[in-house]
Amino acid sequence: MKLLAKYAVLLIVAVVFVYPFLWMLAGSLKPELEIPRLTLWSNTMSLESYHQVFQKIPIGRAFLNSIFVSLSSTLSVVVFGSMVGYALARLRFPGNKLLFALILFTMMIPFQIVLIPQYTLMVLLGWTDTYLALIAPTLMSAFSIILFRQFFLAIPQALIDAARLDGCSELTILFRIVWPMSRPVIITVAILTFMTNWNEVLWPLMVIRERTLMTMPQLVTLYSIGGEAESQLGFILAAATLLALPVIAAYSFFQRYFIEGMASSGLKG
Amino acid sequence: MKTWTITALRLKGRDKGSYWLVLPYVLFFVAFVAYPLLFSLILVFHRWNVVSPMEWVGLKNFVRLLQDPQFFRSIVNTLIFLSIHIPLQIVIALCLALLLNARIRGRGFFRAVYFLPVVVSGVAVTLLWQQLYSYDYGVLNTILRGLGLSGLPWLIDRTLAMPSIALMATWKNVGIYIVLFLAGLQNINRELYEAASIDGAGPGRQFLHITLPQLSPATLVVVVLSTIGGFSLFIEPYVLTGGGPMQSTLSGMLYIYNQAFYFNHMGYAATLGVVYALLIFGVVLLQRKVLGSEAGE
Repeated sequence: MKLLAKYAVLLIVAVVFVYPFLWMLAGSLKPELEIPRLTLWSNTMSLESYHQVFQKIPIGRAFLNSIFVSLSSTLSVVVFGSMVGYALARLRFPGNKLLFALILFTMMIPFQIVLIPQYTLMVLLGWTDTYLALIAPTLMSAFSIILFRQFFLAIPQALIDAARLDGCSELTILFRIVWPMSRPVIITVAILTFMTNWNEVLWPLMVIRERTLMTMPQLVTLYSIGGEAESQLGFILAAATLLALPVIAAYSFFQRYFIEGMASSGLKG
Repeated sequence: MKTWTITALRLKGRDKGSYWLVLPYVLFFVAFVAYPLLFSLILVFHRWNVVSPMEWVGLKNFVRLLQDPQFFRSIVNTLIFLSIHIPLQIVIALCLALLLNARIRGRGFFRAVYFLPVVVSGVAVTLLWQQLYSYDYGVLNTILRGLGLSGLPWLIDRTLAMPSIALMATWKNVGIYIVLFLAGLQNINRELYEAASIDGAGPGRQFLHITLPQLSPATLVVVVLSTIGGFSLFIEPYVLTGGGPMQSTLSGMLYIYNQAFYFNHMGYAATLGVVYALLIFGVVLLQRKVLGSEAGE
């Protein structure tokens, strides 16, 4: 009996978390007048709202922009981040400890303090309204470097020594020997980086004005609050659904990595 | 030339090529961390609209800040947000973590479901809640009216708007904290409970004297992260209320954004940023001290 009550509570809470998303999906398919209803089904479901979204705003272009920016940043964070993580974990060089301290320091800085100077730097460099402004500040992540470092510390020294005796360079060792053993951390970092960049909206709002360069969250935000349209409900829900879907899809395949990665990013605090 | 060879010799005992591996990060650090930090210290003493040359104003930005009712309003708003968000977050996350820590089938499923809003774009979640909160047609008011109650002016009323945003933020983020508490619970040594029940402590006292103290490192993380999140609140008020009604949801980050991009006051915006960062630092240090000493007991 007590157990049953526990399941009941857990299920009700699950509904509280899932129902709004289902309502959003249903609302994006329902005719405008039926959206406020609580039911998730209508007899006249259609893709009309999505048709409107694609017709009125350059959402396809924004989707590609978001993909391009998030992928570039993910690639860089994984490749260069693992290089730094490897150097910190396995190489002796003067300044190793100092660099590690700097990286920890970077993670502690509240972003409020660097945001405006980063923006003015983009202006000085003439990078506003270019992909560079979106990508450059996300090319590295202190937290990812720490994750790589922790993981690489556990790799047996004998493997690395053997490769060195064979005359491998450190880069070869990293990419040929260490990488294949490090799939979990690579996937975790890749997923966290992609998700963070995909969802980022404040920075794009600051550095991009040109509609064709806007990322998806930015375009959707500006369109839904800008009064540019008579902001129909179905339209907004369709745009929000399009924005949420890629991450939800990735989440349903890789949820373990999402949860463990974000929980560990919590523990850094 | 000579110094180079000496350096090269000295490096011989070290691992070759190390510097090449870390060079990209060093460049990045200089451009996007060190430079902005130093430049923010210059900006705070200037008036600058980015276009015309910078004008030295001494401490005027700080003087202005101390007399700026909107700055204080944003701090009060943040405190209102935190005073609702943090307790709500801890209670809900702890209860659900305790439920999930029991012998339950489908723990992974429930955990994954509760975590779902965490990964979804803040913009999508905010637009969704804008509809849920709508006064006339919103799902929440439809449910309230269905129960025979009257609908609430969630985002329209100035005393209710910030609590509404805090409630939404809790819904979005509580999944992380459930996972953190669950991990904390699973790290508690079973023997502590066995010893306590031998000493005759019931479930209530076991919870108070074992579970809660053992969880205090996790609680500290929850409090610190929620605090940083509260001080960084931006997209929620930006989309839902624009900081209104009557500035009741003007958050610190939104105020910095407005100063920088509506009024082009880069110097003042940077000053706000520095002061906010110091506030975050101070509050987090205080929390660590208070909660950390509890953890040490």
